[in-house]
Amino acid sequence: MNDSNTAPCISDELERDLRHLYEDYTDTVDSQDLETWPSYFTEDCLYQVISRENHEAGLPHATIHCVGLAMVRDRALATRECTVYEPRYLRHFLQRLRVTDIVNEEAHVRGGFLLIESVSDEAPRILLTGHYLDVVVRTPEGLKFRQRLCVYDNFRIHNSLVFPV
Amino acid sequence: MTQGISTVLPSSPVKRGWPEEGITRVPAWIYSDPDLYRRELNEFFGGDSWNFVGLECEVPEVGSFKRAWIADRQVIVVRDADGINVVENRCSHRGGAIVWQNKGKTKMLTCPYHQWGFDLKGNCRGVSLKRGVHGEGGMPEDFDMEKHGLCKLRVACVGGSIWATFSGTVPPFEEYCGPVAMQRLTRLMPGRSLRMLGQSRQLIPCNWKLYFENTRDPYHGTLLHTFFITFGLYRADSRHVTAPQQGGMHSVNFAAPGERKGDGSITRELKRFRDIKLNDMEAVQFVDEYGDGEMTAMQLFPGAFVQQHANILAIRTIIPKGVGETEVDWTYFGYADDDEKMQRIRLKQANLLGPSGFVSMDDSELLKQMQNQVAGYHESIGVVEMGGRDVKPQVTMATEVGIRAFYDFYRHRLGL
Repeated sequence: MNDSNTAPCISDELERDLRHLYEDYTDTVDSQDLETWPSYFTEDCLYQVISRENHEAGLPHATIHCVGLAMVRDRALATRECTVYEPRYLRHFLQRLRVTDIVNEEAHVRGGFLLIESVSDEAPRILLTGHYLDVVVRTPEGLKFRQRLCVYDNFRIHNSLVFPV
Repeated sequence: MTQGISTVLPSSPVKRGWPEEGITRVPAWIYSDPDLYRRELNEFFGGDSWNFVGLECEVPEVGSFKRAWIADRQVIVVRDADGINVVENRCSHRGGAIVWQNKGKTKMLTCPYHQWGFDLKGNCRGVSLKRGVHGEGGMPEDFDMEKHGLCKLRVACVGGSIWATFSGTVPPFEEYCGPVAMQRLTRLMPGRSLRMLGQSRQLIPCNWKLYFENTRDPYHGTLLHTFFITFGLYRADSRHVTAPQQGGMHSVNFAAPGERKGDGSITRELKRFRDIKLNDMEAVQFVDEYGDGEMTAMQLFPGAFVQQHANILAIRTIIPKGVGETEVDWTYFGYADDDEKMQRIRLKQANLLGPSGFVSMDDSELLKQMQNQVAGYHESIGVVEMGGRDVKPQVTMATEVGIRAFYDFYRHRLGL
């Protein structure tokens, strides 16, 4: 982990573009816009929602596991077309976003998230808390995630995690 | 309302019995009654039963340990030079938890409270300040450490899986399972080394029996789970064996999705069926690893559900957390000699199961709704007559025989 002394030098342009990427992504997932969601990923992406327990133990199983854009698209499609769930609202809160490294023009980014879920007739609850471990690349269509690991601290998930994080 | 309030209010609580129709009915009160819940924990999970506590590959070296839960009782699964031991995670001194981590490695099991030390078999090896300080205090001269070890559970290891019981009277594991369940278990775990792929844990706000029934109920499988129907993984016209075991205590279900009866017309009748194509078909393609074309789902009473769904291998542990809450822990595994492709397929297919599973998500969402209704309408009664009124094994998924057989066993066991 880099602290502020060794943090890589970030151009104003990259900082601005990253801020837009994260804000747009958050807006997309909070809106449950599954049709737009795959557009944030590269063809060769890795998207995982994985427990901290597994991640820190080096165990590969992830709660949501998409290798490649095809699986990201399938996740969106199957969630929309093939699952039954109670209506809910989601709200992601991001915190302390920082570029920890730049390798081969790819930005490694880490940031905390808090995901609050309001289901049907119940009070809102914390569904997930954790951090993103991302690798962001510049493409002709703008910045995209080559890797997005959503590592959650929760020991367990309350009932279901229906939508992407 | 024609009568005065004073005459319609019952003078004593409604008698909580079983409907006279017997096992074709399930009364709703059993899912929210706190006294019954306590009995179930004591007599089932804490009593004459074998419970899944982990895989041997989770504790690979001498001193490796993991914490496991048998209902609300924590145990430590630990390996010593002679093999696997399971002991209560409860100090023999004051009852505090010895292990606070979920996994680790140690030479001794030491209670943080007063530093009593136990070896990896649970024998007491040290009592702090046993002789007192400067000749004052300390334990009585005749205090015998040998009588103050950790409580040890009976252990059975089958093909890399670890099972434990608090009971001194329950039959050995193999006898407890019976021949059919043992055959299904050793089909998946013949002694080939296993590889842990990961754990997934979720808390479903429902009574444990609702979850338990759901995994024995093939009837809902092709109706609730659109994903199954859409991708032909589990269909009403597949050959499906639904076979209660050991007087309804366990349940063995298996299906051969490739073998279909008829021309597919049953599936076409299902209202929500339609063709959707996935971009990555590896998530749903089934590699026939065992050469029999079968998928298997086996429930071992009270808390284990052993599953081979396509190429996903998982053992679910049902951990009741209160009368209306159930933790489900999924242990995903493969074989140590899986090649890269097979491991990739297992990990991809796991998207069907767990808290975000395209299939399992339907169940967790549904069971929460069930709990709300059976708790609210606690005087209501459920009907389980699909496939008849008896408890004999059937070759169909259009049956609730697994649920009837379970309640046959349950009523006898609890005298209900």
